[in-house]
Amino acid sequence: MTAMTSPANPLDLYPVAEKAPDRVQTPNGLKLTDLTVEAVLAGKVKREDIAITPQALMLQAEIARAAGREALARNFERAADLVRVPQDLLLDTYELLRPGRAVGADALRARAAELRRDFGAERVADLIEEAAATYERRGLFAKRF
Amino acid sequence: MADTPNRWRRFDEWDDRPLRFDRFAVDNAEAGFAVFRSPYDPDASVGIAGGKVVMLDGRPAPDFDIIDEFIANHHLDQDVVEEAMAMDPAAVARMLVDINVPRAELERLARGMTPAKLAEVVGSMSALEITFAYAKMRQRRTPGNQAHVTNAKDDPLQLAADSATAVALGFDEIETTMRVASNSWSNALACTVGAAVGRGGVLFQCSIEEAEELQIGLAGLASYAETVSVYGTERAFIDGDDTPWSKAFLTAAYASRGIKARCTSGAASELLMGFHEKRSLLYLEARCLCVQRAMGVQGTQNGGIDGAPLTASMAGGLRELMAENLLAVWLGLECASGNDTRVSESEIRVGAKITPYLLAGSDLICSGFGSVKKYDNSFNASLFNGEEIEDYLVLQRDFEADGGLTPIAEDRVLDLRSRATEALAAVFDELGLAIVDREMISSVIFASGSDETASFTAGEATQISERIQADRITALDVVAALARRGFRQEAENLLLMLRQRISGDYLQTSAIIRDGHVISAINDPNDYAGPATGYRMPPARWDAVRGIRGTVSRESVLATEAVGDHVPASSMRLVESGPATQGSDKHEVVIGISPAFGEKLHRTTAGHAVSDVLAALMAGISEGGGKPRIVRLRHTADTSFLGLSAARLSGSGYGIGIQAKGTSVLHQADRLPHLNLELFSNAPLASLDHYRALGRNAARHTYGEKPEPVVVPVRGEALGARFHVRVAMLYAIETDLVDPAAAPVTIDILHDGA
Repeated sequence: MTAMTSPANPLDLYPVAEKAPDRVQTPNGLKLTDLTVEAVLAGKVKREDIAITPQALMLQAEIARAAGREALARNFERAADLVRVPQDLLLDTYELLRPGRAVGADALRARAAELRRDFGAERVADLIEEAAATYERRGLFAKRF
Repeated sequence: MADTPNRWRRFDEWDDRPLRFDRFAVDNAEAGFAVFRSPYDPDASVGIAGGKVVMLDGRPAPDFDIIDEFIANHHLDQDVVEEAMAMDPAAVARMLVDINVPRAELERLARGMTPAKLAEVVGSMSALEITFAYAKMRQRRTPGNQAHVTNAKDDPLQLAADSATAVALGFDEIETTMRVASNSWSNALACTVGAAVGRGGVLFQCSIEEAEELQIGLAGLASYAETVSVYGTERAFIDGDDTPWSKAFLTAAYASRGIKARCTSGAASELLMGFHEKRSLLYLEARCLCVQRAMGVQGTQNGGIDGAPLTASMAGGLRELMAENLLAVWLGLECASGNDTRVSESEIRVGAKITPYLLAGSDLICSGFGSVKKYDNSFNASLFNGEEIEDYLVLQRDFEADGGLTPIAEDRVLDLRSRATEALAAVFDELGLAIVDREMISSVIFASGSDETASFTAGEATQISERIQADRITALDVVAALARRGFRQEAENLLLMLRQRISGDYLQTSAIIRDGHVISAINDPNDYAGPATGYRMPPARWDAVRGIRGTVSRESVLATEAVGDHVPASSMRLVESGPATQGSDKHEVVIGISPAFGEKLHRTTAGHAVSDVLAALMAGISEGGGKPRIVRLRHTADTSFLGLSAARLSGSGYGIGIQAKGTSVLHQADRLPHLNLELFSNAPLASLDHYRALGRNAARHTYGEKPEPVVVPVRGEALGARFHVRVAMLYAIETDLVDPAAAPVTIDILHDGA
């Protein structure tokens, strides 16, 4: 998170692009005001720059929670966990969570551990471990094709 | 048409109406055809022990299926469960329609209710109550709408033109999909460019398999996704190749890439998939929606969707679709409220289906309004399609209801379609994707659908699509290409969408982008609390909505109806020759003409010159052995009194009254004003022959005969709809000239050039 202290009501920061543009930046550190057509033409905006950061997602989680949307806030927090997970691993993990893909609960638990270890993805790991237990109880590890 | 013996032939006629293509199903819970309640639905119940949910809707925790488990772990708020589950369902239903109970309080209670409880509450409400509750509970105050933009050839030029058109029509989201799956990148890029033309700021998505959709989103060529399907039974969920956990993960994955996501669920999907567990549609959908809230997705595409036609086949089916939409918003979800799949071949059922949503408003009234023609819609025909957009625009105007769309002017559309195709051609050229010639562009600009275009084929689109993917082209490359080729505004519009991704503002519930600003349930919350609260169209918006094409003003009517003091091309002129006196000829028939007849108004609503009508009446009278005389009556413009006054002046006691718009009456002197002999009330249908026959009948009456009245055939045309605007304006000209003190004047006819 940025060093700035949060004001009393996160709802006052929304929409962030208008009310608190300084609170967000691109992964390469560009500010919203740096994203101009000139900058694009000059090649100063990279493809990695059109992406959201964990900080922005945590800020949106705060806003959602302040609006009484706890479940949405938790989704944003899980999303913040996943920002730094590479695309291939992200898609592979989704695939692994589909019914009949993992051969057993251990495969899911191993993935959870990996995400926790390499990316600090605590909340996503919890979700995968919960899935592992339920899949085991419901027999969802059987191959479907 | 069949002509079946021993049958009331009306049934044969009914058999031929489009409605009869629709099929209607009998309730049968065993077969999964139960709408609101099945004997196999559980009673609402919940058990909590040691901070764990140990029972849910009659099922103990060890037997929880994946849906029960996910709901128990992530939906139920244990601080609220006891209070909410103890409430009388009818009392909760009344709270939903009570303007004094805030939306937030009801959302809090919903977090403590099980699917069976939620279904019981909304299932008890009438369609009207559901509509009202929906108006109160929906999330964003300002209503919106979503368009399908696709075509049968996956032609990118047409996609760009149609996207720009959809944006101009006011759609907040554009959804595309392909005939050929490998065309996804081409479709996405084309819609991206088209959506940046004009006002811009529209969210767009390319509906395809999840991994591909994420890649496209990552490249900035899609900003939202709604393919996160959820089902209400475990076997349907597994058959859909997912679990609540895989979908929750996917939802977080989309957010992690800055892409707005909503789930999809709807009545009868489990029935279509063959795994309904004999449960009612509403109960299964309540399970779907609890799972969605539990996953933390911001919203849902809900209300039947692919299962809508099947739901609509059942008794009460449309009420069920409304009930599940109400559940969605009650659970705090953005609702793209179905109204996409065409549920009927009957235009009446289609209009009735949309009406409650227009009245209540919705985050996205249609989760796919077909902005293109039916045959071009790669999702299949929508409830409303390109063919019917103007019907929808008029419904908005009729009810003074904001359905999210705005009428478009003809020249403006051509400008936008031309701009969009040229912009895409420039981008294709700049990025080395394809060469576009003038002929292709002009064929697309004017085309209503892909049948009329000479542009890219699906196979050519595939080559473009593969190159976009192989060259790893992103929306940034498109911004640069647009800017380099002079499409500065379009480059800015597209960059605005990319900038929004950094802040993540449009990830919040019910977010759309209007005029470059995100509005959502956070900064534009629905605050409906009774009359004079909630959303009302601002004056400028209402002006736009009511400004449909082809409205008639007094000026336009007067300009086209040959109105004025000038004498139109005609062989006859009406000249006044002193006060009219009582006639004495036993076979005289007086024609009493109205104040404006041939003076300010020169054409009837059927389009006849009034001089021709007068000539026909006179010829008929003469043919019947009568003597016509014309009198101008200025004391009244009313047909009955024109006729009666004429009859009283007539030597025979028979007279004809006629207004300039052509309405005429045959009257007799000693009758009551409105008990005439014959009346042509439907002037738009009266021919000159009819007038001639009326004149002849009048003359035969003077001989004491009772001729067969002239019948002007009416075939059920909505004459009021077609003519009354003109009639009201024309008649005002007649009444303006009325002088109650004016005496009848004799009229001589001068034949020009005779």
